[in-house]
Amino acid sequence: MMFESMSIETLQAYWWIIISILGSTLVFLMFVQGGQTLIYTIGKTEPERKMLVNALGRKWEFTFTTLVTFGGAFFASFPLFYSTSFGGAYWVWMAILFPFIIQAVAYEFRSKPDNFLGHKTYEWFLIINGLFGTVLIGTAVATFFTGSAFSVDKSALTNLLDPAISRWQHPAHGLEALLNWRNVALGLAVFFLARVLGILYFMNTIDDEAILTRSKRHLVFNTIPFLVFILAFIGALLTMPGFAVMPQDGFIYGEPYKYFHNLIQMPLVMMMFAGGVVFVLLGVALPLLDFSKYASSGIWYAGPGTFLTVFALFCLAGFNNTAYYPSTFDLQSSLTIHNSSSSHYTLTVMSYVSLVVPFVFAYIWYAWKAINSKKIDAAEMEEGGHTY
Amino acid sequence: MLEHVDLSLIDWSRAQFALTAIYHWIFVPLTLGLAFIIAIMESIYVKTGNPEWKQITKFWMTLFGINFAIGVATGIILEFQFGTNWSNYSWFVGDIFGAPLAIEGIMAFFLESTFIAVMFFGWNKVSKRFHLAASWLTAIGANLSALWILVANAWMQFPVGMQFNPDTARNEMVDFWAVLFSPVAINKFFHTITSGYVTASVFVVGISAWFLIKKRHTLLAKRSILIASIFGLASSLFLAFTGDGSAYQVSQKQPMKLAAMEGLYEGKHGAGLVAFGILDPAKKTGDGKEAFFFKIEFPKLLSFLGYRNPDAFVPGVDDIIKGGFTPGYDHVHPMEKERTFSVEEKIRRGKLAVAALATYRDAKVAKVTAKSIQAMEELRLNFPWFGYAYLNSPESIIPNVPLTFYSFHLMVYMGTYFILLFTVVLYLVRKEKLEQQRWLLWLSVWTIPLVYLASEAGWVVAEVGRQPWVIQDLMPVMAAVSKIDATSVIITFWLFAAVFTVLLIAEMMIMIRQIKIGPKDGGTK
Ligand code: HDD
Ligand code: HEM
Ligand code: HEM
Repeated sequence: MMFESMSIETLQAYWWIIISILGSTLVFLMFVQGGQTLIYTIGKTEPERKMLVNALGRKWEFTFTTLVTFGGAFFASFPLFYSTSFGGAYWVWMAILFPFIIQAVAYEFRSKPDNFLGHKTYEWFLIINGLFGTVLIGTAVATFFTGSAFSVDKSALTNLLDPAISRWQHPAHGLEALLNWRNVALGLAVFFLARVLGILYFMNTIDDEAILTRSKRHLVFNTIPFLVFILAFIGALLTMPGFAVMPQDGFIYGEPYKYFHNLIQMPLVMMMFAGGVVFVLLGVALPLLDFSKYASSGIWYAGPGTFLTVFALFCLAGFNNTAYYPSTFDLQSSLTIHNSSSSHYTLTVMSYVSLVVPFVFAYIWYAWKAINSKKIDAAEMEEGGHTY
Repeated sequence: MLEHVDLSLIDWSRAQFALTAIYHWIFVPLTLGLAFIIAIMESIYVKTGNPEWKQITKFWMTLFGINFAIGVATGIILEFQFGTNWSNYSWFVGDIFGAPLAIEGIMAFFLESTFIAVMFFGWNKVSKRFHLAASWLTAIGANLSALWILVANAWMQFPVGMQFNPDTARNEMVDFWAVLFSPVAINKFFHTITSGYVTASVFVVGISAWFLIKKRHTLLAKRSILIASIFGLASSLFLAFTGDGSAYQVSQKQPMKLAAMEGLYEGKHGAGLVAFGILDPAKKTGDGKEAFFFKIEFPKLLSFLGYRNPDAFVPGVDDIIKGGFTPGYDHVHPMEKERTFSVEEKIRRGKLAVAALATYRDAKVAKVTAKSIQAMEELRLNFPWFGYAYLNSPESIIPNVPLTFYSFHLMVYMGTYFILLFTVVLYLVRKEKLEQQRWLLWLSVWTIPLVYLASEAGWVVAEVGRQPWVIQDLMPVMAAVSKIDATSVIITFWLFAAVFTVLLIAEMMIMIRQIKIGPKDGGTK
């Protein structure tokens, strides 16, 4: 009645939007990772660190679950990406997954007696996750624009001795992405952005003078490199050639200034992008301009700003006849939202499932409201309730 | 240069999947069951208002949280491993398989992770009723995540609701409800979650028994034992029932797995069920030798359980390889209704299917319509045996028989034993006589490792017993694996082994310490 009457192209676009929403939510929620890298910088004493870890510890599951759902949704809607990228860029993905494995136990185990590794080790798990999680995910997302060396040949399935459809053509299996400065620039931009968001989150949730003062100082230190790296990446993005698709037959070719063209040909995306950047800057500037009054509210600007910016980036990568996962080895192997998606039927089923997403957001919001009514302070850490 | 799928790549990829899945499964059953036990305990607290029940609830919740964290840690890699290590598989069936995985994330994981936070941090912040609701929602969320992943797994054992599309070279879903409500999925779901309930019940009874032995927190211990043994007895009865259902489904859908579970090489009418047996490790298919050094059988029981008819013919390994019998099982191709094909014949047909696919795709490119239509027809005719094309020999469809056989028997012995144990414990605790029976208390403690063994054995039966298939009859492991070098997989295998082992040690040390600490603020009178 509803989704089944849509064309496959519409469903593909709809699912690219969902993937973009999940991806942008993920980057926003990486304030947890950013905050994790600052526990020693901003927390100078044990009780201060405890507050920081507990503030983050009440949110980490959301970032984690969003990452898992992002993976699952990508698999369900664009399985060719899932099989090509995960199976090919093996080492990048492993390097991303390992830090998340150790993060998942770190909060719960950190402060428990007899925890085998000692609480410092678990804190280092958090820092490792914060560092590699952000830099590598940013680097991996940059390859949506810069491309990777792989080939896809569905007829390979009929080769009984060697039936692999997707083949990675670089022996580093994904790590070679680190050799391209544009990828690294985006990786570092995500890293510093996550730290900025982490700081703003601390200012929002923790009621402690010393933490507030140090947060404010480090806000400046992290915003500057963020701006440098993001501008470098955006500059490169808007001037480099991109990977365009002929809508009639799916033929892929290089087009100079492709992403710049995408930006001006999709005014809505341009507005989201500009609006997102303004909001991020506003979120940083407000607490700096007037310390007491706006100290807590920065995250409410920078968070949505991050969401909008990343969302716009995903749109630039996938829409307007663009290949979102380009192959530098064989142009025609590049993945577009049309040649890599699930069938009409599956996209329809999944679209119905997607209707529960607003409901999920609603109960998350409700549950959090219910228990976040009060800021974390030193007294609460001593009360004897569940702490990390 | 003749390129090959590297055999060691396949073996290491399998080993890595098995390792990570086995680790994940150490933690999952306890989450599934303990969540409900906690919700029941908290319901009693809310109903009675008695603060002792709150202490009891909180004590088990602490252990729950420790277990949960590492369950999550081991889960993330499974989610991505289908892509990293089984990439061909992920394309071939991703159109169907991806959906339950995504639904799991959207519908179950968020539910669980949101409300678990309320469970842990909400005690003094939300109302009693809201907190109780959160505990129940956490339990439901955990069990929903089991549902979706088990639907996915059941589909691999018994693929339904799909159609192969030669243009995209993959299977595409045509009937979501057939996937969701496949009889294999239903049995698997109920059997697996109840195994989790039994695991958690044994865990609670065992730890409480230890408190009784040490004469600590005796009130907590006795109340917990009461709840857990009722829950455990009901669950273990249902477990045996769903286990029978699972075995029936195996007989009907995967006769080779059934033969391996029973060490049956030469099929017969009125086949007996092996109650106890020792297999001859040198036994080979078709060598005509006796498979067992020694065995005790219940006559005709296998035919009865597998076909609901004591005289039915149960094919053995040799029969399935040779073919030519009239199958009594329901999952059979119309062309095999009278006489089954030999595996050699299936391999031949599989190769025809694969060749037809190649012809179809070439003809399509060359725009020779007549040829592509003809190839399409040939493909459709032989597609049911598509996966056989990749096999080297008929014998390669035989799974590891001893491993499947012993795992299956171990699981069933344990299943029977748990029913007995819960019955006796429940009887004695009602009569207030449990504390005197120290041997029984110790037995309960030592049953904890056994339940984990039984549970892992169940997965070994299900997964080893279906080898070499990742998708029954359609794709064997060698066609599913990612194109990477074996060295990479060997390195990640050892990395996972090291990281998970270290985390497991940490988890056990923390758990044991928390048990020794016991409930804070008493919990006793
Ligand atoms: C959704 C699918 C799924 C689920 C829920 C599981 N597995 Fe599995 N398992 C596979 C999907 C799979 C697989 C991807 O299909 C593998 C990898 C290679 C293969 O042949 O099957 C496999 C292989 C595999 C093997 C290796 C068998 C062999 O190579 O001989 C073992 C021992 C297990 N699994 C055990 C488990 C356990 C203990 C699980 C409980 C958590 C489990 N599996 C859940
Ligand atoms: C290969 C298959 C599997 C995959 C891909 C998988 C994936 C995952 C992931 C990613 C998580 C962490 C979720 C989070 O972010 O909170 C998780 C946890 C969980 N999984 Fe699995 N899982 C698999 C097998 C199973 C099976 C067979 C069951 C049950 C029958 C199960 C039940 C659970 C439960 C209850 C949790 C949450 C509780 C816990 O972490 O202990 N999983 N799984
Ligand atoms: C009482 C007798 C039992 C019988 C007859 C039985 C039967 C079976 C069968 C036939 C399978 C294989 C299903 C398949 O391949 O699809 C299976 C799997 C399994 N069993 Fe049991 N079982 C019993 C008891 C237990 C116990 C005591 C546990 C653990 C506490 C357990 C846990 C499992 C698990 C986790 C699986 C894998 C999931 C699945 O395939 O359903 N079972 N069982």
